[in-house]
Amino acid sequence: MKVRLTLNGEPATLTCAPWEFLTEALRRHGLIGTKRGCETGDCGACSVLLDGEEVASCILLAAQADGHAVTTVEGLGGFERPHPIQEAFVDATAVQCGYCTPGMVIATQALLAQNPAPTERDARECLAGHLCRCTGYVKPIAAVLQAAERCRAGDVAKTGGRS
Amino acid sequence: MSAQQQGNGADQAWDTGAGSMGHYDRFKVVNKNERRVDALKLALGKGTYTDDITLPGMLHVKMLWSPHAHARIKAIDTSEAERVPGVVAIYHCFNVKPIRYTTAGQGHPEPSPYDAMIFDPKVRFVGDRVACVAAEDERAAAIAVKKIKVDYEVLPAVFDTREAIAPGAPVIHDEPDCTGIAGFDPKRNIAAAMEVGHGDTDAAFAKADLVLEHWYSVPYQQHCALEPHVAIAWLDEDDRLVLRCATQVPFHSRRILARILEIPVQRIRVIKPRIGGGFGGKQEVLLDDIPALVTLRTRRPARFCYTRQEEFSSARTRHPQRLRWKTGVKKDGTLVAQELEVLANTGAYGAHALTVQGCTAGKTLPLYRADAYKFIMTTAYTNLPVGGAFRGYGGPQGFFAMEAHMDEVADLLGLDPAEFRSKNILRPGDENPLAKALGEGKEGPPQKIRSCGVQECIDRGAKAIGWERRLSFKNDGPIKRGMGMTCLMHGSGIPGVDMAAAFLKLNDDGSFNLLVGATDIGTGSDTILAQIAAEQLSVPLSKIQIYSSDTDITPFDKGAYASSTTYISGTAVQKAAAGVCEQLKRAAAEMWRHAGDPTGCELDQLSCEDQHVVRPDGKKLSYSEICLSTFYEHDQHQIMHYGSHMSFECPPPFSAHFAEVEVDTETGGVKLLRYVAAVDCGVAIHPESCEGQTEGGATTMMGYALTEDYIFDGNGRLLNDTFRDYKQFTSLDVPDFQTILVRTYEPSGPFGAKSVSEIPTDGPGPTIANAIAQALGIRFRKLPITPEEIRKAWLEKAARTSRQPAEARV
Repeated sequence: MKVRLTLNGEPATLTCAPWEFLTEALRRHGLIGTKRGCETGDCGACSVLLDGEEVASCILLAAQADGHAVTTVEGLGGFERPHPIQEAFVDATAVQCGYCTPGMVIATQALLAQNPAPTERDARECLAGHLCRCTGYVKPIAAVLQAAERCRAGDVAKTGGRS
Repeated sequence: MSAQQQGNGADQAWDTGAGSMGHYDRFKVVNKNERRVDALKLALGKGTYTDDITLPGMLHVKMLWSPHAHARIKAIDTSEAERVPGVVAIYHCFNVKPIRYTTAGQGHPEPSPYDAMIFDPKVRFVGDRVACVAAEDERAAAIAVKKIKVDYEVLPAVFDTREAIAPGAPVIHDEPDCTGIAGFDPKRNIAAAMEVGHGDTDAAFAKADLVLEHWYSVPYQQHCALEPHVAIAWLDEDDRLVLRCATQVPFHSRRILARILEIPVQRIRVIKPRIGGGFGGKQEVLLDDIPALVTLRTRRPARFCYTRQEEFSSARTRHPQRLRWKTGVKKDGTLVAQELEVLANTGAYGAHALTVQGCTAGKTLPLYRADAYKFIMTTAYTNLPVGGAFRGYGGPQGFFAMEAHMDEVADLLGLDPAEFRSKNILRPGDENPLAKALGEGKEGPPQKIRSCGVQECIDRGAKAIGWERRLSFKNDGPIKRGMGMTCLMHGSGIPGVDMAAAFLKLNDDGSFNLLVGATDIGTGSDTILAQIAAEQLSVPLSKIQIYSSDTDITPFDKGAYASSTTYISGTAVQKAAAGVCEQLKRAAAEMWRHAGDPTGCELDQLSCEDQHVVRPDGKKLSYSEICLSTFYEHDQHQIMHYGSHMSFECPPPFSAHFAEVEVDTETGGVKLLRYVAAVDCGVAIHPESCEGQTEGGATTMMGYALTEDYIFDGNGRLLNDTFRDYKQFTSLDVPDFQTILVRTYEPSGPFGAKSVSEIPTDGPGPTIANAIAQALGIRFRKLPITPEEIRKAWLEKAARTSRQPAEARV
């Protein structure tokens, strides 16, 4: 079947089976930044934005994205113009193995679009659905707060990337 | 008291690094928080992990796992499964050659029993391999797996270690061809056993004023690397087997695959791409053989990826243990004797059965001085999931028992736990009394302490958390507050065993390619090794292009384990860079001589400074100029060098952990308020990464202390095999966390560095248990300390107190 959607700001068509989840369809489309960690919606590695809301793409049928806008980590920024959230994760040394990072970046984008001045508690809640065995969350929490500061300075959170 | 002052009685000529502290002021790249070399691509989602490629015609593999804890496979009928559209091949014990090996993924020869096969006619735990299906897509493979009919002869199973080693227990490895070392006795379900000691423990205990002895118990733990085990195999244009694999040990994987697949090492190439966390779980050569087998048989690319549930039930775990700790101490708090007995559960296979348990003693006992030590260890086979390497490698088990026990001793003597530890802790110049006895399957080299900042860790940690506040907690309401601390040590590589190599070459823009066999699995070792090269070469980090690791391209490295990468691989890199510096100087001198300007060109007069070779008169040539000349003009050659390193020394990092908790006596809930980890890892090559290692390692073990465990039904089936049911710490659970990097200089390490990755895992179990003990006046000797256990113990204490008011102190 064909799923027509807005993918990272551009119209796109995903070809997939009716039983396939969005993670698989995106990855087959070349968007490998969306990771598989559990396939039960528990770890957050597969997070994407669906119309700006964070969703676990591993338990969302690809068909359910039909007609919606999906943003993956690749949609936020690239080598030429990294998103301030991505820069903040790098500069806070919040990236270790990096497998959870795209999901955390997406979660941060979802948070900052709603709440440009999060507290430390908000940052913790933002990452609560994102398991990470490397960092102990200390530096990712700092990265969320640093990202908020950078986004406020550049006012890009609302318009960030092409989402 | 400073580390130097503690060195009373130490050999004055012994270099403890105290005279090298001035190096800290001269570092340009190391000991700096450089941007990690791989972080941006990962934050952009561009990192290519094993599973991020798809090959044309690639088959997908699914495994049929044993539903029985112990059974013999009498027959396998695949006829119905073969009829599922898309199925290409099915392999099992009746069509794959039986070759015994160990999946442990260690160096050669492995100090683990050869008790496993690709497919075995006997299954030994729920989740053991039975048969695999390779199909055109994952769905077809999964459907076909369900249609395989297996005729099992179900055997009695044993799940408890004490029952397993008792006479009459079912024998788990009754096959005649399995082999092992060090006490291996499969007829009694013993995978490994040893008894070693130092000094006369009987005499030492006789001297003691107080002898205390308790049993402790620690659970299963799962690595939970976010990226599951995954491997993709294919045949290249030269008909060689290429394996792209989420592994910590590409070179060991290649060696082991060659043996069990019966093809030459030369015909195998193992590529380690980006890895999504390992923690020891990917040291195991767990699934590498399956896609390799499928590819060799079908001649098509093949992919095998574990699901999360398979990770829990069929991958490896931290060995559960029961531990008996016995201590003899004088009234003034001087330790005189220590005895540790360990009964460990390695599950169905003995990977790391000897060495993990060896480290349970080797990392713990020598931390405190005593006249005599004894270590008695038995590792039992059971019909449960398999133990393996897991960050900490036996240390967390041992430190839980030892450091809980030390608090109990201090409490009985009425001493402050921190002061009691300081009184007995080892000093620079001390010999490790157990180093020889606890080598990896052979006699270990002697070890003597050089750098040692443990007292500063205690002092600064205590100050940071406000240790003295513990005396003024009121605790008159239902919520009780407590504080606990522990001291820790670990190692840096396996002395006399681990070897690593690096290769470095100069490019015409003055940049360098650094090729290392070391496997960055998310630790940051690519950054750290590049920093070491940059420091030695006197270039910015951006001039180093690092690549790790590929058995065809990079030199050998033992792999990412045993806290060895910074210390062992880092020194290999430093040697390679030092060799390149020599060549740069020679080439520059030759250029000057060739140009008729030979003044001041002796090698010992030249220096490498800021990307140039510099003469005493200030004349200089840039690395780029030198490279262009040696490539195209004069004295033509490639400037390149390699380094190999093996160390007979294994300098321990040291640490002190502190925790403050609140325990709700009405619910049994524990709230971690504050956590402080002070670490002496020598020179921190990348300080924020050292903090990250500490925070991550400790957080993993906060789960070990409070929430993580394997829960089985009566037939050995794991019940909590999802992230939802297996509770690890999240961002909501971590306390206010402070890492303190204590500065020392390790003379035997690269730019003064020791290891940092494993030591944080040793601390949270006992630190949190000690804090809870202070809060409640109840000692928990079993992990995890769950709300149920706390509530039960609190009610029992209340009942006891009301019956016997005189015992209210308990």
